[in-house]
Amino acid sequence: MTTTPSRENYDFVVIGAGPAGLAAAATSAEAGLSTLLLDENIGPGGQVFRAIASTPVTAREQLGTDYWVGADLVQALRAGNTEVVQRATVWSLDRNLEIGVSIGGGSSFVKARRVILATGALERPFPIPGWTLPGVMTAGAAQTMLKSSALVPDGRTVIAGQGPLLWLLAAQILRLGGRIDRILDTTERGNYFAALPHAFAFLTSPYFAKGLALMREVRAKVQVVSGVAELAAVGDGQLASVSYVAGGKRETIPADLLLLHQGVVPNVNLAMAAGVEHRWNELQLCWSPVLDASGNSSIEGIAIAGDGAGIGGATAAVVRGRIAARAAVEALAPVAAAKLPPLATLRAELAKAERGRAFLDTLFRPSPQFRIPSGDTIVCRCEEVTAKDILDAVAIGATGPNQLKAYRRTGMGPCQGRLCGLTVTELMAQARAKSPQEIGYYRLRAPVKPITLAELAAVPKSEDDVKAVVRG
Amino acid sequence: MSKAFSSEVDAGSREENASKRKSDYDVAVVGGGLLGSAIAWGLGRLGKTVAVLDEGDITKRASRANFALVWVQSKGLGMPAYTVWTVRASGAWGRLAAELKQQTGLDVSLQQNGGFHLTLGEDEFGQRTELVKRMHNQVGAADYKMEMMPASEVKKALPLIGPEVSGGSYCPLDGHVNSLRTFRAFHTGFKAFGIDYFPERPVSAITKSGGEFRLATPKGELRAAKVVLAAGNANQTLAPMVGLYAPMGPTRGQIVVTERTVPFLPHPLTTIRQTDEGTVMIGDSKEDELDDRALKHSISAVMADRAQRTFPHLARLNVVRSWAGIRVMPRDGFPIYDQSETHPGAFVACCHSGVTLASNHAFEIARMVAQGALEPELVGAFSASRFGGAGAANNGGY
Amino acid sequence: MFKRSEQDKRPPVQIFVDGVAVAARQGDTVSAALLASGRDVRRSTAVSGAPRLPYCMMGVCFDCLVTIDGVGNRQGCLVPVAEGMQIEIQKGKREIGK
Repeated sequence: MTTTPSRENYDFVVIGAGPAGLAAAATSAEAGLSTLLLDENIGPGGQVFRAIASTPVTAREQLGTDYWVGADLVQALRAGNTEVVQRATVWSLDRNLEIGVSIGGGSSFVKARRVILATGALERPFPIPGWTLPGVMTAGAAQTMLKSSALVPDGRTVIAGQGPLLWLLAAQILRLGGRIDRILDTTERGNYFAALPHAFAFLTSPYFAKGLALMREVRAKVQVVSGVAELAAVGDGQLASVSYVAGGKRETIPADLLLLHQGVVPNVNLAMAAGVEHRWNELQLCWSPVLDASGNSSIEGIAIAGDGAGIGGATAAVVRGRIAARAAVEALAPVAAAKLPPLATLRAELAKAERGRAFLDTLFRPSPQFRIPSGDTIVCRCEEVTAKDILDAVAIGATGPNQLKAYRRTGMGPCQGRLCGLTVTELMAQARAKSPQEIGYYRLRAPVKPITLAELAAVPKSEDDVKAVVRG
Repeated sequence: MSKAFSSEVDAGSREENASKRKSDYDVAVVGGGLLGSAIAWGLGRLGKTVAVLDEGDITKRASRANFALVWVQSKGLGMPAYTVWTVRASGAWGRLAAELKQQTGLDVSLQQNGGFHLTLGEDEFGQRTELVKRMHNQVGAADYKMEMMPASEVKKALPLIGPEVSGGSYCPLDGHVNSLRTFRAFHTGFKAFGIDYFPERPVSAITKSGGEFRLATPKGELRAAKVVLAAGNANQTLAPMVGLYAPMGPTRGQIVVTERTVPFLPHPLTTIRQTDEGTVMIGDSKEDELDDRALKHSISAVMADRAQRTFPHLARLNVVRSWAGIRVMPRDGFPIYDQSETHPGAFVACCHSGVTLASNHAFEIARMVAQGALEPELVGAFSASRFGGAGAANNGGY
Repeated sequence: MFKRSEQDKRPPVQIFVDGVAVAARQGDTVSAALLASGRDVRRSTAVSGAPRLPYCMMGVCFDCLVTIDGVGNRQGCLVPVAEGMQIEIQKGKREIGK
């Protein structure tokens, strides 16, 4: 059963129990600080270590050794005194480090001396024609079902896109006896050349051998089409086929399930709503928080670790979690910090974990046609707003996402821009011949996740609050 | 096509040319929110050449934060002329909606079948009854048939009210509209009327020379024969540039909005309304705080609590967003419409009710600006001269 | 669309989807159980009525919205199944009292 936090004040509150959050919370608890870890999911692990404590997949090798690293992190966390609350949805964080969290339909507020945001990443929007059809999901969605429920595709299945996760997922599906009919690789050929300068670092990183082995494993069993330059999901109320162009030739194949993936991007909603400054990252094509070397953000007391700080992968996330936590411990309890691994060691570990990242970012930089849609393709899934609608709004004077919202309701639905925000920024930037940085992003505010009206109504209020509302 | 900004011309040659050249525009409207847009649209409708100078994507824009009522009841206590003006606006809204629909194809979902202010508990009912009495007794105000209703009567119109609702006031003229779509309709209509809309051009200075106004913006200068200041609370700083006075006293308001639900609320309330899309908007606070990026959850909580006591079934709905906006508020709460004695052709317009009064702005104020003079019998009461000497200006918290 | 791997030895949990008994497993989320059921579990959107199924399965897309034990618009991908749970597939906007 879910329980609410036992106290109102903590030295340390970590939000998100993925690799960075697990490592950060364990570090702070080890230093003897009162630590609360809040996580939205049923169990710890985040996305990469999803269901690490409960997966029904008993054949360990099917998930791969990288997955089981998560078990050690959970064990380390449980060895300490961290208070962990699962199924806890943080809906508000402000510059006073007050956190509004919804648990079991009720909200509590806790105050922290230091907050570490480890809200991780989400999959980059993949706005192709038909991507809202039933039967089209993200690759990450399929991986979540595989890890937490040992469910694998068994209909006609197509995987499309690019990036390391795509190959890992394909291998896992095959190992568990699932079906994949075809893989459509959208990696742009020119990217291989662009990535060359970073190749040495990559070749000497652990990713290289692993990646190569995965691709060999998958290619032995599944037809892989490279150089896919156009992609559409087709069907009437349900996916019926996938249409694509590769090598100048169009092909349409029947499909029940299309899994899309073109990398991950930081999950910025909570940090942005708290007021943390973000900048457009031209290499990773996403918003990243402005941070110092220890992960401290523009707001005193809030640090960000893991992929939410900029995409770095799970190994880097763990180290970033430790670095951010160590810096916070240093500020709150310098004596305790002296017993933790020295900063220089952690930084060296981070450098090692980040090796090869620039290569991956360059090689798997998604093509413009898969990021910036046109015509009737839906951009905002919640409010069902198309690319053409957005261009029409630009034509009558929308200069950025916030005026667009007023004209067209983009980003006003329950997902609050998570599935359309990047597309909107890039589409408007292209239409106005501006940089994404100049165009900007939605102005986000709490609640960053929906809470019931009753929950909001139960928040403690003063006489002055009542006076500010009630009038004759 | 937009007429070019005369930006890169040096001051000397500009002076020289000014006397020979016709101004770029008949009218420059400073401010592209609902108020400025309505006036600009109205001027375009009369065949004037108009430029609208606006700020960019991030701006304190009440037009994006408002509650979207077209509201009559309780307006004008202390100034009967405001009641008359409001009733006129309410009556003209249907025509505005129809013209926008015809021109742009956009249905702004105007609904004017009467609105309620509901009270919780007997004390609030008593206070509201007193207010309605005072409104009725006010000499010179239009009769807009505001009446008190016991809960049993209210329930006939709004069957889902909860047991704490003690009754409320009802006014048959009240209504609401989709204000964001109205905003979009005005801006869409600009194109058809040949109005030039210039975002990202906040006006930093206005001067008059050679019989025309010159408006300085970060992207150059624009010249117009007339100027209308419709920049919300910023009118306070712009007005003195052309011999006008607009003392403002802005306040912050918070609103929360729920996910879409099936239609349940056939009439708008002062603080709860269901949009044509199905979401439920719940307002609103009145705070001195003027940071529109921050939110005070305890204040939202009061609003949420009152909403669920009014309609208990709302308790389970999800709040999907909440926001704070800064009200455009003349210091005494009533609109300011004025024309400059020292700078003929300069006008100022600011008011809190940019939605309710949009029809008046589009039809009446635009007509008067086009004619070159405000009509005292319609808007004389709204001159800033009512504030006394201009020397008394304070910054109204803005 | 999906099948269960044979190595899955978790205990069964019975839920009801629009009144029909469906076999789930302990630890399944509502959305996973629905996708595994083989039934037509498409909801329709509140905006246009277009059919949708879960897209992200990680709590961000809100395409898994579903009525659980009488409460509408819950994120099915974040809620674990429980014995006897009543699921209703939503059609259009959330209803009054749900």
